[in-house]
Formats: sequence, C-alpha cells, structure tokens
Amino acid sequence: MINKLSVENLNFSYQDKRILKDFFMAVGDGQVVSIVGPNGSGKSTLIKCIDRILVPTSGKISVDRCDVVDMHRREIARRIAYVPQNALRVFPHTVFDMVLMGRRPHLSWKGSAADEEKAWEVLQRLGIEALALAPFSDLSGGQQQKVLIARALAQDTGVILLDEPTSNLDIWHQIDVMQILRKLVRRRKITAIIAIHDLNMAARYSDRIMMMKKGKIVASGRPDDVMTGENLEAVYGIRAMVRIADDCPFVIPIGRIAQKEN
Amino acid sequence: MVKGRLHFSPAGGHAKRSRDGRIGASRSAHAHSVWRKTLFILGLTGLLIFSASVIITLGQVPMTVSEVYRTLASQLVPGGYAVDPLVDHVVWQIRLPLILGAILAGFGLGACGCVMQAVLKNPMASPFTLGISSGAHFGVSVAAVLGVTVLDGPYFLVGNAFVCALFCSGLIIALSTLKGATSETLILAGIAVNYLFQAANQLFSYIASDEQRTVMSYWGMGSLNDLNWNSMLFLGSVSAVCLPLLYCKAWDLNLMTVGDESAKSMGVEANRIRVLIMAVASLLVAAIVSFIGVIGFIGLVAPHIGRIILGNDHRYLIPAAGGIGGALLLIANAVSMNLLRSVVIPTGIIMSMIGVPLFMYLILKGKRREFWS
Repeated sequence: MINKLSVENLNFSYQDKRILKDFFMAVGDGQVVSIVGPNGSGKSTLIKCIDRILVPTSGKISVDRCDVVDMHRREIARRIAYVPQNALRVFPHTVFDMVLMGRRPHLSWKGSAADEEKAWEVLQRLGIEALALAPFSDLSGGQQQKVLIARALAQDTGVILLDEPTSNLDIWHQIDVMQILRKLVRRRKITAIIAIHDLNMAARYSDRIMMMKKGKIVASGRPDDVMTGENLEAVYGIRAMVRIADDCPFVIPIGRIAQKEN
Repeated sequence: MVKGRLHFSPAGGHAKRSRDGRIGASRSAHAHSVWRKTLFILGLTGLLIFSASVIITLGQVPMTVSEVYRTLASQLVPGGYAVDPLVDHVVWQIRLPLILGAILAGFGLGACGCVMQAVLKNPMASPFTLGISSGAHFGVSVAAVLGVTVLDGPYFLVGNAFVCALFCSGLIIALSTLKGATSETLILAGIAVNYLFQAANQLFSYIASDEQRTVMSYWGMGSLNDLNWNSMLFLGSVSAVCLPLLYCKAWDLNLMTVGDESAKSMGVEANRIRVLIMAVASLLVAAIVSFIGVIGFIGLVAPHIGRIILGNDHRYLIPAAGGIGGALLLIANAVSMNLLRSVVIPTGIIMSMIGVPLFMYLILKGKRREFWS
C-alpha cells in the first residue's frame, strides 16, 4: 500500500491548551477513513491542520510524499480539498458559482471555458445540475452539503477532507452523502478522510476507522476491529452493545458510565 | 421520478435524452444570465455617456450636445470644426473635469465599497469603515485650526486630508495585523480609531474660530467644485494603479465571501488578501476623499444596488458597483449645481436625498434576496 497521506509527530495548541499530541497516522490510496471521537477530541483540528487552515506547532504532514508545511497554499489546494460543515452565507452565490470556486487553485486570474466545463461535469455527476442557478442559501441542508462536495470535486484533488458532513442532515441525506463519497472513492481512487459523530454511519461506509481521544488515536483499523464495547467505554465513557448485522458492526448504546474527573 | 419521465416522453427509453435536455436547460439559463450581466454593464456605460452628454450642457452658458461634441473633437483635430471660444473654455476648463471627476470618484467609491464588503464579509462595511473620513477630516482640522500643512499653495487642504486619511487607515490595518487581520479585528479597530479621530475633530471644532469652523464643516459636506485637470491627473493615476489591482483579485474576493477557512482550503491566503485589498482600496478612497470631501453614501449603496441586480460574482460586480457609483455621483452633482439658480447645494446632501429613497425602494422591492438568508 502506498501512503497517500501521512502525519508524523503532529502537535497543535490553541493558546496553551494542547489539542493534538504527537499525532501519527498514515492513509493509503482509495480509502474512506473515518475519524470518530468525543467532542473536543481534536477531530476537526486534525483535519484543519492537514489542510494547513490551522498551522501546527510542530510535526510533519505529507501528501504524495511532499511536505505540506513547505508548500504554497495554492499547491496544497491542488492536492487536498476541504469540505466545511457549512458555508458562510453573507453574500450568497449561485450553486454554479460556488462549484466554479473549486477551480481557483488551477486557474489564472479569470476562469476559462475548460473550468466551467469541469464545474458542469461535477454538477452532473452529483445530479444537481438543475440547481445550478439557484442561490446557495435557498437550498436545503442536504443539497448544500452536496454542493460543497461538488466544489471539492471540482478542485480535482487526490485527498478530500470532510468536517462532519452528515451532522445536520436527516437519515436519507446522511446515507445519500456517504454513498456518494464511497462511490467517488472507489471509482476515482480518491482518499476521503471524514470527521464524523455518527458511529453507525462511520462503521457502514468506512474502510478504516480511527478513534480519537484527547488528541491521540486510541484505536485504528477495520470497523469491526475498532467498534468494540471496550473501545467505546474507554473513548466515550459509555456502555454499549455491538452487534454484527449485514456484515457490519452497529452500536446499541445502553448507558453512560459515571464521569470521573480526569 | 419514473412517472415524470414517462409523462414527458411517452415512447420511453429516452432517459438519456431527457437528462441531457435538462442539463441543456440549466446551461442555457446560465449562459443567459451571463449575457444579462454583460448587457447590464454595457447599458450602464451607455447611461453614463448619455447622462454626461446631457449634464455637460446644463449651466449658465447655454449650449447643445452637438456643440459640446464638436468642441471635444476640435481638440483632437485642431481647426477641423468652428468652435465658440467661450463654449470651448467652459467645456474644457470647467465642466469636463467636473463631469469626469464625478464619474471617476463615484466609480472608485463604489468599487472600493464593494471589495471592502467582500473582504470584511460584512454588508454594512463601506469605504469609511477604516476611518478614512474621520482621518481626512482630522487633516483638514489641523490645517484650518493649527495652520500645519503638508503642502503649500492651493492644495494645502487636499494634502493634509490625504496624508491623515492614509495614516488613519494604516494605523487600523497595522493594529489588526497584530491579531491576525481577521475581519472582526479590522472592523473593531476601525470603529475604535474612528472614535478617536472624531474626538480630536470635536476638540478642534470646539476651540476653532467661526471662520475656521466654516472651512471644516463645508469640507465635511462634500463638494466637487474644486476639481480641475491637476486634481484629475492625480485621481486618474491613483485609479489607474488601484482599480486594475482590485479587479484582478475578483476571483479571490468571491472566495473570501464564503469564509476564511474555505478560502484558504482553495488556495487563497485569506489574511494577506484582506490586508492587500484594504490597503489598496484605502489608498484610492483617501485620494478621492481628499479632493471631494466626505460623500459617504455611495460606497455603501452602489455595491448593494449592484448585488441586488447582478448577484455576488465580483467579476461583474466590481465594474457594476463602480458604474452605479459613478452614475449616482454624476447625477447628484448635476442636481446640486442646477436645482437652485443662485446657490450650489453641497453634493453630499443631494446624494443622500436621491440615494436613500432609491436604496430603500430596491431593498423593499428587489427580487433577489441579497444577504442575510
């Protein structure tokens, strides 16, 4: 397996609070990797550090064996795309303009016909070409998430990072988004790294799951290896049963364990 | 879904074609919208030329539009046309610099307001968010009350206003850069420094004599009367540097409005672009304000009129906001000079009187939901 993305010794602090501590990970080509963990465990911070939206205190991140820390931001944007949880909507753009923005790292100061063609192609692939002229802010949560994924696809990168893409969606749209991602990863050999809260969604659609707690990985591997009662107890402080159905583990929460002060 | 398709193509089996048909529809609608935006900008250019041609004929020396054009042509082709020397003098020395100056200043204020709103991600931002107006006013106060001037001669007020406006916005940019130059720190530092300079202005106006106070308050109302070819040369060259620089960042400005994190993830150095845009726009606005005084409303309203009509794609919005600003200032200035026979009303006053109702109408009646979704 070739390492598409690797993170070594990564440290990050907000003021004096350490969020990521000597973090290691390596991800291969064409995988869906889910990062799960309780609130404040550093999932989103990790994702933002990988894309250098946040600048880590120390450590090494490489994509295609090139160091991200030394890269020009535009160069990073050609290799890694980022799908935020939602977009700022002060001045709404049309869906087409939103997707076209993803071409920014590839173009000179003005767009070309080839870039517009690419945007249409991505819209078509996700089945949202009919929304092209709708204002982004008028769309439902599920549609907005698809547009943000379309924008990341237009960026034409080998790695896509997603920050809780299913958090605001109903169950149909959650499945829709996760299936789209898995199909893209399979067909186009993209690597998707997803910070996600829903353990069952993560288990069903991921090739690998990393469980994080307090800035460190506690368990990592195939969903059925990671999703165990012991791990859930250690990471989340809950009691849960894990059942296998349809070849996939799923978590039945039973109760929480009384919290201990550190 | 299937039912719908069958309904539209009873023969069946044309899934691909009906799909392509829908794509075609979105694409042609998109092409249509691009064409509409281009057409609007062309129309705006036409409106500017038309209203300038009419406005230049207004005033105490009567003339016709064709006389004006003949006068203009005769400068290019000497001796080609018979020209009345009085008309020639009035057109070339008085009215043309005023009209070109109004368009240029309005264009600059509109375009700068537009880019500042984008990088500050705030619909309430205007060219004066960074304290340029109170800075410039401070410069004028210093000249009027203390007699301390940067330049000698006829441009002593202009020189002071320009230097102090630049100092004020430079101070704000420098302060906010210490904290990472986010839009919030820029806006807060802007408001704070604005208050500081306002306090200084009030102090000056408190100790000033009546005559000095008249200079200060007249300047504060904004007027284009002092524009001539020298000031046009200065304004023109600052614009020639700043406007292309702002326009070539149109694409990045689109990305800035979706948020810093997203902009960074698509290869835009958000904070650097913000500081660059604010610095360039402040330079241009300081130059404009030092010549025409504080005519603040254009920089807020012209971009919003553009956004309501064209949407938020800055590749079209920057020229549109500029053109709208130019047209507004041109018309407001014409009204202020010709409304009352004997008195010229300060342009800033007329600007607000014309602009506010227009703006309110567009907010209430405009089809496009512009912001705050």
